[in-house]
Amino acid sequence: MAQSIVNLFETPSQTAGPYVQIGCTPNFAGINGVYPEDFGLRAIEDGAQGEIITIRGRVYDKFDEPMFDPMIESWQADAAGRFPGQPDADPKVNGFCRFPLDVKTAEYTLKTVKPGRTPSRSGGFHAPHIALWIVARGNNIGLNTRIYFEDEQEHNKVDPVLHRVKPVKRLDTLLARKVGEHEYHFDIRLRGEQETVFLDM
Amino acid sequence: MTNSGPLIPRNRGIHPVIHDPEMKTTMILGPMEPLLSMESTMTEETGPRFGHGIIGQLDNNLITNFTRGKSEAIGERIRVHGRVVDENNRAVPNTLVEIWQANAGGRYRHATDHYLAPLDLNFGGCGRTMTDQDGFYEFLTIKPGAYPWPNRDNEWRPMHIHFSIFGHSFGQRLITQMYFEGDPLIARCPIVGTIKDRAQANQLVAALDIKNSRPMDYLAYKFDIVLRGRRQTMFENRLEGL
Repeated sequence: MAQSIVNLFETPSQTAGPYVQIGCTPNFAGINGVYPEDFGLRAIEDGAQGEIITIRGRVYDKFDEPMFDPMIESWQADAAGRFPGQPDADPKVNGFCRFPLDVKTAEYTLKTVKPGRTPSRSGGFHAPHIALWIVARGNNIGLNTRIYFEDEQEHNKVDPVLHRVKPVKRLDTLLARKVGEHEYHFDIRLRGEQETVFLDM
Repeated sequence: MTNSGPLIPRNRGIHPVIHDPEMKTTMILGPMEPLLSMESTMTEETGPRFGHGIIGQLDNNLITNFTRGKSEAIGERIRVHGRVVDENNRAVPNTLVEIWQANAGGRYRHATDHYLAPLDLNFGGCGRTMTDQDGFYEFLTIKPGAYPWPNRDNEWRPMHIHFSIFGHSFGQRLITQMYFEGDPLIARCPIVGTIKDRAQANQLVAALDIKNSRPMDYLAYKFDIVLRGRRQTMFENRLEGL
């Protein structure tokens, strides 16, 4: 017999269900007055350094129908590639944002600063990216993915995550398209032909 | 010992399966392609921090928070409490725990819930709190009712409370559901049944905790939560500034 190893297992996930808004964005769901405002409304505050961008998109199901009830959360570094809480991080960058989908258009809107590249453990860099976590009906565990930017080709070419996406044509599912001055478009497809690459880390 | 290694890879075998024909929506909405496995990076090893300042006095009291203390929700009064630790059995202090639930009749306060049971004028159904220095949290609420849902014919959810927990890094993010000891609907529930490891499914069942119940006031249920941990090592320390 060997010594025993403390081995707790993570609490299993369960679906967030169709009413996740009640718990996470109650004001958006029409439950007003319990909290002054929903948590995580803004990825940045006024005065954040760097290029301020707006990313819009939808979450699609297998039939290419947009969904209304998922919840998306984002987490990112500031324009210099520093995460909130790290030394010298931009105090105006919250990094975290939580956004439901518009009741009419099913579209999300993320107004934020374009993040800088971030250091990797091996001494290289990750291309600028925004981490997303999506919970949705019919999904028993939250889905991780990343928004990269199509106009960051030099950095994207050497990114250790993008590098490993196979087949290569699926890479497109991780790239936000530039659709205007400081404006990007990024859809999430839970399943189907153009299914988004989801990550397991 | 430091806490700076990567997240311990997620053991998907102890989580629900992605597709389960008994839970029909998973067959339409669960991804088909394999997930891209990678070691966690700084992006997943950092995460939002919370000041206790965001938490209002009534936030963790769902019996009164919807009416701002003016009147009380209908239902069986319960206190739900427990501790948040990581896989290394280290407390997870100062992290946000959010809950939401149906009212005592099994109805959610939501535009798309049309169940027959009435809304309770005094019940909103959301609450939040922060774990303390040692990872402990507590809520006062009412026991949610079971309710029917469209899946197979005559499908009922066991009584449950939804939990959303942050931890200290974005990669620890978890949403789950807490069930109640002794509820006969647990064993029939296809959502619980997506967890194929019985011991893991039991982790979601809160125990009746009589000694922490308050006579003539509320019953207590204990629900502990384990989040992912990180490899504890000196060998992966980055040099300052890298």
